[in-house]
Amino acid sequence: MSTTTAPSSPRKTPGQKTPEQKTPVKPRAAFSLATLAEALPGAFRKLDPRLMWRNPVMFIVEVGAVLTSAIAIAEPFLGGPESSGGSTIPGSFTWGIAVWLWLTVIFANLAESVAEGRGKAQADSLRKTRTSTNAHVVAAYDETGDPAATTAELGELSSADLGLGDVVVVTAGELVPGDGDIVWGIASIDESAITGESAPVIRESGGDRSAVTGGTRVLSDRIVVKITSKPGETFVDRMIGLVEGASRQKTPNEIALNVLLSSLSIIFVVVTLTINPIASFVSAAASVPVLIALLVCLIPTTIGALLSAIGIAGMDRLVQHNVLAMSGRAVEAAGDVTTLLLDKTGTITYGNRQASEFVRLAGVREQELVRAAAISSLSDPTPEGKSIVDLARAQGVDVGETAAGDIIPFTAQTRMSGLDQPDGTQIRKGAGSSVIAWIEKDGRAASSVLADLNDQVERISQSGGTPLVVAVKSPGEEGRILGVVHLKDVVKDGLRERFAELRAMGIRTVMITGDNPLTAKAIATEAGVDDFLAEATPEDKMALIKKEQEGGNLVAMTGDGTNDAPALAQADVGVAMNTGTSAAKEAGNMVDLDSDPTKLIDIVRIGKQLLITRGALTTFSIANDIAKYFAIIPAMFAGVFPGLMVLNIMQLHSPASAVLSAIIFNAIVIIVLIPLALRGVKYRPLNASRILGRNLLIYGLGGVIAPFIGIKLIDLVVSLIPGF
Amino acid sequence: MDVLFALLQVATLALILALLYRPLGEYMARIYTSKNDLKIERVFYRLVGVDSSSEQTWQAYLRGVLWFSGVGLIFVYLLQRFQTVLPYSLGLPAVPEGLSFNTAASFVTNTNWQSYSPEVTVGYTVQIAGLAVQNFVSAAVGIAVAIALVRGFSRRRSGTIGNFWVDLTRGTLRLLLPISVIGAIILIAGGVIQNFNGFTEISTLTGGTQSLPGGPTASQEVIKHLGTNGGGFFNANSSHPFEDPTAWTSLMFSVLMLMIPFSLPRTFGRMVGDKRQGYAILSVMATFYIASVAILSALERVGAGTAPALAGGAMEGKEQRFGIFASTLFGTTSTLTSTGAVNSMHDSYTALGGMMPMLNMMLGEVAPGGVGSGLYGMLILAVIAVFVAGLLVGRTPEYLGKKIRPREIKLASLYILIMPTLVLVGTALSFAIPGIREDVVSTSIWNPGNHGLSEVLYAFTSAANNNGSAFAGLTANTPWLNTALGLAMLFGRFIPIVFVLALAGSLAAQDKVPATAGTLPTHRPLFVGLLIGVTVIVTALTFFPVLTLGPLAEGLL
Repeated sequence: MSTTTAPSSPRKTPGQKTPEQKTPVKPRAAFSLATLAEALPGAFRKLDPRLMWRNPVMFIVEVGAVLTSAIAIAEPFLGGPESSGGSTIPGSFTWGIAVWLWLTVIFANLAESVAEGRGKAQADSLRKTRTSTNAHVVAAYDETGDPAATTAELGELSSADLGLGDVVVVTAGELVPGDGDIVWGIASIDESAITGESAPVIRESGGDRSAVTGGTRVLSDRIVVKITSKPGETFVDRMIGLVEGASRQKTPNEIALNVLLSSLSIIFVVVTLTINPIASFVSAAASVPVLIALLVCLIPTTIGALLSAIGIAGMDRLVQHNVLAMSGRAVEAAGDVTTLLLDKTGTITYGNRQASEFVRLAGVREQELVRAAAISSLSDPTPEGKSIVDLARAQGVDVGETAAGDIIPFTAQTRMSGLDQPDGTQIRKGAGSSVIAWIEKDGRAASSVLADLNDQVERISQSGGTPLVVAVKSPGEEGRILGVVHLKDVVKDGLRERFAELRAMGIRTVMITGDNPLTAKAIATEAGVDDFLAEATPEDKMALIKKEQEGGNLVAMTGDGTNDAPALAQADVGVAMNTGTSAAKEAGNMVDLDSDPTKLIDIVRIGKQLLITRGALTTFSIANDIAKYFAIIPAMFAGVFPGLMVLNIMQLHSPASAVLSAIIFNAIVIIVLIPLALRGVKYRPLNASRILGRNLLIYGLGGVIAPFIGIKLIDLVVSLIPGF
Repeated sequence: MDVLFALLQVATLALILALLYRPLGEYMARIYTSKNDLKIERVFYRLVGVDSSSEQTWQAYLRGVLWFSGVGLIFVYLLQRFQTVLPYSLGLPAVPEGLSFNTAASFVTNTNWQSYSPEVTVGYTVQIAGLAVQNFVSAAVGIAVAIALVRGFSRRRSGTIGNFWVDLTRGTLRLLLPISVIGAIILIAGGVIQNFNGFTEISTLTGGTQSLPGGPTASQEVIKHLGTNGGGFFNANSSHPFEDPTAWTSLMFSVLMLMIPFSLPRTFGRMVGDKRQGYAILSVMATFYIASVAILSALERVGAGTAPALAGGAMEGKEQRFGIFASTLFGTTSTLTSTGAVNSMHDSYTALGGMMPMLNMMLGEVAPGGVGSGLYGMLILAVIAVFVAGLLVGRTPEYLGKKIRPREIKLASLYILIMPTLVLVGTALSFAIPGIREDVVSTSIWNPGNHGLSEVLYAFTSAANNNGSAFAGLTANTPWLNTALGLAMLFGRFIPIVFVLALAGSLAAQDKVPATAGTLPTHRPLFVGLLIGVTVIVTALTFFPVLTLGPLAEGLL
């Protein structure tokens, strides 16, 4: 996580006016009895055929359950169950089938309810944050005269009535009334309502951490916020819509899978409907409950029952990673990504360069260079400056704590910073050409020195580092160039391995940087990316995306700036940082609440995992059919054709127990697989061939074998029931 | 002894097919990708007003297929109805309406189901101008549709999938005709008759007289097998010595049946620019083929009962001259290729053995299947397999760089729905509708019980899969069966073609996704195995319940 986390305990929030908020969706146990109990009412509500209709496979099961129940009720009046395929059927058989068919449907609904429940919990807690709070609106905000709004008049306004551009004051313990940017102040903020992360984060005016989200709570200090969203269109409103709507949009692959499953179901309906007319010719007609049992066993109920739960859970997994997908389509696209565009700064490197060595020029004492570089950096708050001081201290040079004199800050014009000491000594460090120009103001520098300097600067640049030239002018002396500080971009740990993983998965990584090609190449090599785009402008980035897409690649990227917006919109998966500008958030199809660009890799993994889970359960479901055929078919006709018992390779006890066992297995397997559906199958970054081999072995072969064992075991129990 | 003989025959067959795979596959790829027209083709195009350089959308291509086949259907129907006024009709009467429809449908759909005895029903003109012509063009239509689908895979962002009239013409003139001419000459040398003698009266040894039909047989025989048609010149089909005089002509027929379907994967591999893809499809087809031949031969060799035990195998209904294996090899080849020619009575196979030809067809005629139809059927199954496998590796499934999206899956799913529905509904209706049931049971079925059920099931399986072989023992020349089977043939042929061409159009319009390490490789043994599994599960397993009532109940005692 890249957000700055304050060390203090987050829960100390005295003076809260609203009731204690529950910490929302931190990953819970995937599946527990409590979640089951919560989801049960929903599972029953979903029995409504108008809702079931959306899932053709389970709708068929429900129709079967209704029919079987009707027959079970009617049977006692018609003289008991009719014999089927020449076998007598025990009296409780039809009831058994009916009950288990209902259970099959309820289990399927339960899976969906549990999955939805997790999204609902999040939506509910989000909704609580939206309950209107009172905002302290600054009547006439004076940006320059009174930026802290300490003297301005404050009015009270409901947060629901806040408009674009309103300025509000939020103090410790209060909820931020709406989305906005901090214009003054710094505060620690509890964003757990949105991110689920209980550690508070620091938000301050200016820079890229100024955005605050409505519904989050200020824990300390006082900030002035300018509202940037209209009421009803806040980030939280959109999140609620997404989390709740997740179940309603079907993704392309889900639609395609549904089509295939429906068509298989239709084939099996035809198979079942045609059995009796054909069987009647050889006097082997089966009874209706047995036919229904056969049908339900053959249609892909396992995947049909779990399909929507898998989709909802996939979205939920993203949310748990603090990523909001604007559509399920984007999640699927993430699994298909073939090219990842990664910004160098912040993604591949730590985003700040660090001093790695001091290189003195000929005739200069090392000590002098280190001291000059370090004392001029003492009051430099940037990480670069700090790293120079740290390196100097590490080399045992005493640089003191503070430097006396005037600090010369870095400007884009001078491209130098430095220190003017009280004794008149001036120290400057900065880009080579600027420092040389500064020296040559008082006369030419020796060509041997310049040549030496050039060599060093060149060497450092070639290795991907940034050379920082240090020079000094003492009163009465000629200016001297002391040497160069080697600032290095530090590549994050473990990235090489992750890029290698991505390569194995068939994903190419491209590093985007504003650096010159030389530097870019060195860092690209060190990080192990496949390609790089140096001196990149937003236009270059856009052109690269288009070129990749021309070649049929799917491109994913992250971005936060307004000038990233077009590229974010063009990319197939555009992940906007939460801290980013609202233009970037609008353009992307995902928002990362943690603003962590490396999360792109996780998003790809989650996308793939979602598809694999669907594929795995589909394979498992279809592979199950083989065993079910061998359980039911011999049982159906063995009364008339005893020879068919050869096919009863599981040695099931009786025709009735065989059919009932198959149905029970069919229902139980749904419950057993709910955790897997919600959690997603294990994904390992391997190449496609190996993933396929692995998954076919587990879910294909496993799907063939498991039901043989399961049905046999259930049959051993069922055979104990009198009459079976 | 006969096992060795059998292995030798298979080895010879495999060797010949292996030698043909590359040159024939490459030749076919050239035929359908060449930019040049032959002179005779140009004349033809000018006559029918076709611009051979223009391409068609899938809808236009489909209209071409349907229009051409529709006209063919009417033409063959009328030819039979007006047989009496035609020359060389051998004095045979007009063919009845129901039978004419059935026969016309049968030959236009490349099925060649024969509800009649050809030698006593149709004269030479109908045989040559009607049936033989359809033997050529219905085969050419099948290949054209397959090629159109392959173009769908090989093209990117294209609105067209080729020109039906060009594909039809080239397939007929450059592929089927030349091979048929050469083949006919070889067959004549081998003893197949080729004359216009009509009926010859001879005196038999016992003193009776027999009327022996003659006719232009050799010329029909080649295309009958080459085009996986199967409609014999004589009722006895390939067990008639005039059609199949020697053991080596019998083997040659197997070569003819298999050469195009088994070489088309090469054409496919060549046209999509990856020959390994062709080998993968070929492997799937060959696996089914070898397994099927082996199982059937084993079942028939073991036989069941006293007579087979004494004879050393189930000899009833077999090709007595060349032994069991000549029958099982031919039977398997003919039912796996949608040819439907027979040189033995499948009806007389052992109960389980008799299930094999049925199973062969129930696979959907894809291993290697009919000319063209085998390839497109297998590619549809590959699309389904790729879809499941693609999900398993975590990518939107893609085959040969084409994404399998909802539309593609919809078309593939509809395709696999048609055949089982036609077979099962057709069989069920035969028993479900009271009036028809009586007719079927009393007139059509000769054997009671499971075997009788198998006969009807076989007939609908054969018709819906455009195979055309019969289980024998079923009188199919009844109004119900003529009509129902005729419709099964037409629906079984043209509804799937609609979906295949629509799929071709939708694939051709797509861009190609470049292959990466994350792409599912579709040329490896793993995928071959998966495709075999998908084929078995989505087609053959569907028929498990009915097969239980038919051959399985009969065979498992």
